[in-house]
Amino acid sequence: MSRLFSLGVAVATGVTLLFLLLPIIAIFARVPPGDLVSALGRGQATDALLVSIETNVIALALIVVAGTPTAWLIATGSGRLRDVAVTLVELPLVLPPAVAGIGLLAAFGRVGLVGGNIHVIGTELAFTKAAVVVAITFVASPFYVRSAIAAFESLDPSMTQAARTLGAGPGRTFVRVALPLAAAGLGSGAALAFARGIGEFGATLMFAGSLRGVTQTLPLAIYEAFDLDFDLALAISAELVAISAVILLATKVVFRWRSPSPSTTLFGPTTPRSI
Amino acid sequence: MALSVTFDHPLRSYDASIDLTVEPGETFALVGPSGAGKTTVLRVVAGLLRPRGGRVALGDAVWLDADAGICLDPDRRSVGLVFQEYALFPHLTVESNVGFGGRGRVSDLMERFRIGHLAKAKPAELSGGERQRVALARALARDPAVLLLDEPMAALDAHTRAGVRAELQELLRDLALPAILVTHDFEDAAALADRVGVIADGRILQVGPPDELVASPSDAFVASFTGGNLLHGFARPAREGLTEVVLDGGAVVFSTDPGHGRVGVVVYPWEVSIAHAAAADSALNHVSAPIASLTTIGNRVRVRVGPLVGEVTAASAERLGLERGQIVVASFKATGARLVPLRD
Repeated sequence: MSRLFSLGVAVATGVTLLFLLLPIIAIFARVPPGDLVSALGRGQATDALLVSIETNVIALALIVVAGTPTAWLIATGSGRLRDVAVTLVELPLVLPPAVAGIGLLAAFGRVGLVGGNIHVIGTELAFTKAAVVVAITFVASPFYVRSAIAAFESLDPSMTQAARTLGAGPGRTFVRVALPLAAAGLGSGAALAFARGIGEFGATLMFAGSLRGVTQTLPLAIYEAFDLDFDLALAISAELVAISAVILLATKVVFRWRSPSPSTTLFGPTTPRSI
Repeated sequence: MALSVTFDHPLRSYDASIDLTVEPGETFALVGPSGAGKTTVLRVVAGLLRPRGGRVALGDAVWLDADAGICLDPDRRSVGLVFQEYALFPHLTVESNVGFGGRGRVSDLMERFRIGHLAKAKPAELSGGERQRVALARALARDPAVLLLDEPMAALDAHTRAGVRAELQELLRDLALPAILVTHDFEDAAALADRVGVIADGRILQVGPPDELVASPSDAFVASFTGGNLLHGFARPAREGLTEVVLDGGAVVFSTDPGHGRVGVVVYPWEVSIAHAAAADSALNHVSAPIASLTTIGNRVRVRVGPLVGEVTAASAERLGLERGQIVVASFKATGARLVPLRD
């Protein structure tokens, strides 16, 4: 019975891992490596890579700068209002990307809720590079804010209390104690948000369009090449796989180094406790 | 300046209601079991907890006045709080930990606490005793007017404790600050504090110098907490002005204290002598039973005989050849049997 169980577990694990890995192997197996590299040299792929990097870096900066204080306030708060805030922060997670795209258009489009006001001052948001940033920020921010809330909540309260009794005000306590102690969790949240942002597709397509060199990010370039040049689509996909793998590995390496936890995952940051 | 603390605050299963004053230079120990509300007192003084009602003042400086709506933030109260597990910042070096609250006296304090050689070390690399010294230095770097110590010995092993206790004793005397020390160990409290308050269920049951608490515990809880054996029984007046107590186990003991009805009989371990047979001496009370346990603490041995724990020197224990299971007689005088009311 116990042997049967072990066998069952082993088979299920094997099937799961193979299933997860197969599409990635297929991407690299379809096209010879030389063709992959030359396909990447083509203008469309380079343009998309630049747009992706630029928009994602800006979006991540916005997410971290605005999301960190938000997460701190939510993590240290209490009561009904806090629960409402957590739910609001998680909203984009459950929103289908198409709905996010429509929502962003309805809000910031030319005839949108606040888009009209933007139009008056002579600029337009929709279908610009800024729109890509907005779409990515909207979709990816929950990944960061949720991790940051968890990281701040797992801080030993006696750490911040000790800082307060040592004469530090709330600001100094946050900067010198809470931030450094939550750094690992914040880092993993940022990595998650970045990974989600790099892969963002639906909301960007609807809100920013797919203009080569302007709003066409890597996933949009794949979608466009998919009909015309399958090898190019594969090459760009391989590029995205590489970027994602680098993010994942970098995060794990950082955690190995920061914490002795045996299993490091993007979702379970371990923060140093009091000593 | 004297520190006065009065407050009441609802806790999980009872309301804490505290009223105490600590004189300048005095060390006041709060002793009681876990969950008695000891740490709550420190949190209220430090400003980490705003109680439902009350007042905290150091001399003329009012830190908390619930009626007037005054409650200073912790960083605006001149307190040094040493946390139970020390709460050292794990990401900062010893030097940065000590200097967190104030840079002026860092090198003096590091020298005073013999941690100068650890300046660049992180807390994780330190021993328990070293961590405690870093925590003390850090709390004092801000030059506080009040020192609060939360179970300063609890995180130390038995070997380190004795030395640390002596150091703390000296430190508290030198600082001459009003200090509140929280501990669950009466011996620590007795060694370090000028006055001790025994706290249970959020209330201070008795306050006094440690020897006074031992000499005349106000009730059974204080007696057992200060280390006495507590036996339950039924008292009635007997011959020659003595009180006879029929213990719940059936044995009869005599006390010089007056009493009647349900009482607690308190016998301190050092009033109990152990022998192979009842000696023809002045002790009126004898309990004959097998030795249930023998515990050696330094040069003393605690011997559990029936319901009593007696304390003898290690040398005596060896001379008598005490062993577990051996039937011996534990004796104590009627003057060593104190009668206390039982709490209901």
